[in-house]
Amino acid sequence: MSEQEFLEYVQEGGQVEVGDWMPDEYRARLVKFVEMHANSELMGVLPEREWILRAPTLQRKLALTAKVQDEVGHAQLLYRVVEDLGKPREACLDDLLSGKAKFHNVFHYPTASWGDVGVIAWLVDAAAIVSQKALLKSSYAPYARIMKKICWEESFHVLHGRDVVLALVTGTAGQRELVQEALGRWWGPLMQFHGNPIPRDEDPMYVWRIKSQGNEEARQQFLEGYVPQVWELGLELPDPKLRRGEDGVWAYTEPDWEELRSVVTGHGPMSEQRLDFRRLARENSAWATRLLLAEAA
Amino acid sequence: MNERVRLLLEIADDELILGWRDSEWTGIAPYLEEDVAFSSIAQNEIGHARALYELAAAELGTTADALALDRAPEDYRCAPLVELRRLEWARTIARHWLYETADGVRLEALKASADPELAGLAAKIDREELYHRMHAELWIERLLAGDEGRGKLEEAIVELWPYALGVLDDELRPVFAERVRARLPFPLPDAEPVTRGRHTAELAELLEEMTSVRRSAPGAEW
Amino acid sequence: MKVFEVFRQERKGQPFQHAGSIPAPDAAFAEAWAREQYGRRGESVALWLVPRDAVQVVEDFPDEFDLKYRRVDGYSIKARLKEARERAGTAAPGDR
Repeated sequence: MSEQEFLEYVQEGGQVEVGDWMPDEYRARLVKFVEMHANSELMGVLPEREWILRAPTLQRKLALTAKVQDEVGHAQLLYRVVEDLGKPREACLDDLLSGKAKFHNVFHYPTASWGDVGVIAWLVDAAAIVSQKALLKSSYAPYARIMKKICWEESFHVLHGRDVVLALVTGTAGQRELVQEALGRWWGPLMQFHGNPIPRDEDPMYVWRIKSQGNEEARQQFLEGYVPQVWELGLELPDPKLRRGEDGVWAYTEPDWEELRSVVTGHGPMSEQRLDFRRLARENSAWATRLLLAEAA
Repeated sequence: MNERVRLLLEIADDELILGWRDSEWTGIAPYLEEDVAFSSIAQNEIGHARALYELAAAELGTTADALALDRAPEDYRCAPLVELRRLEWARTIARHWLYETADGVRLEALKASADPELAGLAAKIDREELYHRMHAELWIERLLAGDEGRGKLEEAIVELWPYALGVLDDELRPVFAERVRARLPFPLPDAEPVTRGRHTAELAELLEEMTSVRRSAPGAEW
Repeated sequence: MKVFEVFRQERKGQPFQHAGSIPAPDAAFAEAWAREQYGRRGESVALWLVPRDAVQVVEDFPDEFDLKYRRVDGYSIKARLKEARERAGTAAPGDR
């Protein structure tokens, strides 16, 4: 197969398995994309971890621990895909910790309150599900297959998040304020989450059908699904321009793409701190990791 | 408080605090697959605590959450072993194995209890704890298979030994000590058990943080 | 580390389907880890764990000649059935 034939093959819905021939460019982009996804799941654990400790009821404690556990499980599934493509997870971890590899913007921000816990589980995971549904039809079959399990598990996260938010908005004034305040801080990163509105035919991930949806399409889907859910609770979003047009297209204030670029290249408010935390955890447990990896005696 | 409630709270507090400590490894365990497995263990512990609190709560006319989260530090009945904050893998595994071994002895006794509710719950818990014991044993075996692992395990077990002896009372303690000594290839010192009744400073610290959100709106729903 | 392929059965009677893979030091660790990664929500009633190098991969099936004679889609009996019924006088009014 030539590169052109391969391109036509995937664009017509053809699927690729791990042992199949693939153009160097496809393989390289694929590894980078899945690796960033894996890194994001792994780093995504950190903003929520501290709140596991502070969960205000046993049920919330269990639900939040299970959610974070799922993120770790997703990282496992994703790193395995990358490993089967030839890059060991230790090399991925090296690149993540050295800043060479990236992870999604939302995991570079601080979590300030229990309100954040609800907003993240509800809206960040919802934004992620939109992207992840588009990956169910990825041209790379091993990736598409694990997305089924990932999407299934994420659906409980969103419900848990919405339940946390609902408890807060029907609680005391102080509890309601926790959500409103958190929304104000998280809306900007959420609007940036799906990436800048590069036309999908110029987006290599779409061209190779590694993802089946362009960035703007994903963002519109997110807005369509979730802004009404936010507004129906009487909560405000910090964008006066945000509205649904007659044609069903959502209008909004253009996100700060410079901020997005800066954040994902490691200059977010919590980027360095979280990477330091990971580095330290890895160093402290390195002997135990080595023990697991050692050849049987 | 009657004997039954005292016992329920002892075990529930052990499981709650240990589960809380174990859940601190979520996201930072030495290997991703281990991370997922260990997090399940932590959740199971808290699940057991919840079931035990519910039995006690029924007698006391309160809720499981209130028992788990609203008591003063001095009213918790957990063994000092579970209170220690040791975000270090050798000590975590050592504590995990020591506690599971002690808990195994305790559950055997409870399953034979004349109290059907207690015996039934103990049997249910033990069916999950079987997998915890298997998991702990995996790690003990792996650690003992090489010099580095064995050295780290020995250091951790010896350090935690007085605390481990404090999990069970005078009646059950000797069985536990015997099981531990039979499994380990290194000697354990005679030690004074660090028994229940007094708490380490670490418990107050843990409870302070654990209840910070809950106390911000007392009586509220979350 | 050996890589173990994980096959899971969702409910009794269902086929075992490939679900993913677990690198592990040995079969015992593989079991402990697979139980949680593929069963913590009660989503599996059974798992098969198979070392990757025990899996024999078979691909490349030649499809050069017409094999329809040995498949159901190689048979269309409608026309002949209609004629046979007509001859026997058993054709129903709605028969096409």
